[in-house]
Amino acid sequence: MRFLLFAVACLGFAAMLPASSGPAVSSKAILDDRMPRQLSAFGFFNGAADRPASALIGYSLRNPLFSDYAEKQRFIYLPENSRLSVAPSGKVNFPVGSALIKSFGYRHDNGHLNIVETRLLLLRKSGWIALPYVWREDGSDADLKVGGKRIPVSFTTPRGKRLVISYGVPNKNQCKQCHSSKNQLEPIGPVWPDMIFDSEATEAAFAARASFPRNGLYASAQWDDPASGRLEDRAEAYLAANCAHCHRPTGSASNSGLFYDGSLGRYAASGYKKRPVAAGRGSGGHDFVVDPGHPEKSILIHRMKSLDPGVAMPELGRSTVHQEGTELLEEWIRSMVDAGTDAN
Amino acid sequence: MRVHIKSIAAATLLAAISSPLAAKTISVEAGEGAQERLQEALILAEPGDVIAIGAGRFELTDGLSLDVDKVTVKGAGVTKTILDFTGQLGAGEGLLITSDDVVLREFGVENTKGDGIKSKGADRIVYHKLRVEWTGGPKATNGAYGIYPVESSDVLIDSVLVRGASDAGIYVGQSRNIVVRNSVAVENVAGIEIENSFDADVHDNIATKNTGGILIFDLPDLPQKGGHNIRVFSNIVVDNMTPNFAPKGNIVASVPTGTGVMVMANHNVQIFDNVLGENGTANVMIVGYRQKTDDADYQPLTKNVGMWENQHMRAGWAPEFPGGKEIASALGGGLPPIFWDGAGGAEYAPYIGDNAPALSLGLTDISAALTSANPAQMEPGGKKPTSLPAIKLPESMEAVVR
Repeated sequence: MRFLLFAVACLGFAAMLPASSGPAVSSKAILDDRMPRQLSAFGFFNGAADRPASALIGYSLRNPLFSDYAEKQRFIYLPENSRLSVAPSGKVNFPVGSALIKSFGYRHDNGHLNIVETRLLLLRKSGWIALPYVWREDGSDADLKVGGKRIPVSFTTPRGKRLVISYGVPNKNQCKQCHSSKNQLEPIGPVWPDMIFDSEATEAAFAARASFPRNGLYASAQWDDPASGRLEDRAEAYLAANCAHCHRPTGSASNSGLFYDGSLGRYAASGYKKRPVAAGRGSGGHDFVVDPGHPEKSILIHRMKSLDPGVAMPELGRSTVHQEGTELLEEWIRSMVDAGTDAN
Repeated sequence: MRVHIKSIAAATLLAAISSPLAAKTISVEAGEGAQERLQEALILAEPGDVIAIGAGRFELTDGLSLDVDKVTVKGAGVTKTILDFTGQLGAGEGLLITSDDVVLREFGVENTKGDGIKSKGADRIVYHKLRVEWTGGPKATNGAYGIYPVESSDVLIDSVLVRGASDAGIYVGQSRNIVVRNSVAVENVAGIEIENSFDADVHDNIATKNTGGILIFDLPDLPQKGGHNIRVFSNIVVDNMTPNFAPKGNIVASVPTGTGVMVMANHNVQIFDNVLGENGTANVMIVGYRQKTDDADYQPLTKNVGMWENQHMRAGWAPEFPGGKEIASALGGGLPPIFWDGAGGAEYAPYIGDNAPALSLGLTDISAALTSANPAQMEPGGKKPTSLPAIKLPESMEAVVR
């Protein structure tokens, strides 16, 4: 389907990006070497968080990062007449002047989405920059909080559990902790086969501006859709979306030797019988990151279930347990058989 | 003339405004909103700046981080400026440094939930006159590492105090060109640990009341391994008798209570001029990595270790490793102050120049259980290894602490 759309787009069904109306996005604010104090300086929203400018392209991800059950709205802004390319890995390479805009909020019982914060990734000539903005109580604008902020929020989980948490807006450095490769800031989400656009027309229009690699691009399994792949494939997709931004050879957890950016296997880099290194009490008294057949003895599960800052993984952006994700990984570990090669 | 003066003044002013490297001092005081104000200062700092943290207790709710090169973070003294993380809600450490040429000095860090101060990929970092402490003393619920540089080149740790870490007080991992000196590690599981690192001098430190005083380790399945070229000298390593309180699963949980200096799976390690004593298991312990591993690139044996001119006081009266007590009673009640597990056989035997008895456990096979030891007295002598060169750090780093 995706390839069909792409082909159609290439045949000239382009120019379907939404027509411009509302406030103009300010390229100057994106490109300037400054950090605007207010989000409104960019013109991404038309006076309120739920009114994105028409120039923004909405999308979501098949495998999103869990962020305390927050609902996320993602947008891309591309400079006028610019083109982009999709790398052989599927990663989207944006032109200078692009912006990735992500709002986080919680849905009220009456269905209204309360947007708490909007995070920006701006591609300037000097590279990507990350800026967190927190919406005012009256929703009129959002203010830059480079030092981050904690905000009490209450919500109901998909399983109907009522939670009150101290929601953490990351500080500017924490944005980079996750969004970094070799200590350079970069986007994580926009990988072509994992992106779902708000409409087929938007997708076609987006694709029309892109050049694609010669190799095929295939979507990974979707962590919460059993029809999308085997259990191991779904576990792999979940780990890639929730852990691999740090747990990869160029990420913030490069020193751990635990890497989830590739295929899972029966080797230490996937956690298989890998002993803890710098986990401290994060080990929970267990010997292995993944103890095949034994989720209850696996450090991976112990750390996903913990809310203690010295134990909890991911280290940032999690004040509650992702019940559904943890259950998937428990099921995966339970299904594994100990190969016995290095049993101790 | 008048015009001339004006233009000079204007030029000076212009230079001051336009120079991004005009170093400035950003002062942050304790009180309301300390978390946001301190974190903002760390983010908005520019290369060359000094962030001066005032005296007082800063009650912090989240980890702090610095990602700007050439910044100095300076407090008013290790007991005057206190970064208190007792109420920490997030982040894996108290303070995280990810930029180069950073100097941290003269402040205290208390009760972080995870590690105290971590620096990752932060080259030429200087830790000077710092205190990292879990104020409740040794507890399994304390954070893992006190001072924790990792994946860095040129690391200087000078005149710090670390107490209460549930893993290692001062831990240098996967780094190269390292100096740890003039520091005190007390009541940690490991006092000072150099792990998977190359080229380190650990000298003039005091390691006491830990489970193990100074550990030189190498572990499998990590990006950097093959630890080597480490000198441990002129340290006082006494009374490391705090029962091991590390959470199980971690490698230091296997360190026997009462260990002075322990070397595992490294090569070219030289231990000299130290004062060692009152360590119930051993003053010096040389072992291979005895857990099973599938890492084909990993060298589990310890090779080319030498020790000389160390002063040994009492040790070995209460060996805390499996089978230790049985060996001790077979030998008449205690172990000698130095022992080697025997891994690899004679070719891997350490050079012992110390005037103290030493024992080989005779466990030539790295996979043999400790309880199957075949102990034998080691004969002193042999060829003393060529002395490793002293670690030389960039002059700019030494200038900071002079």
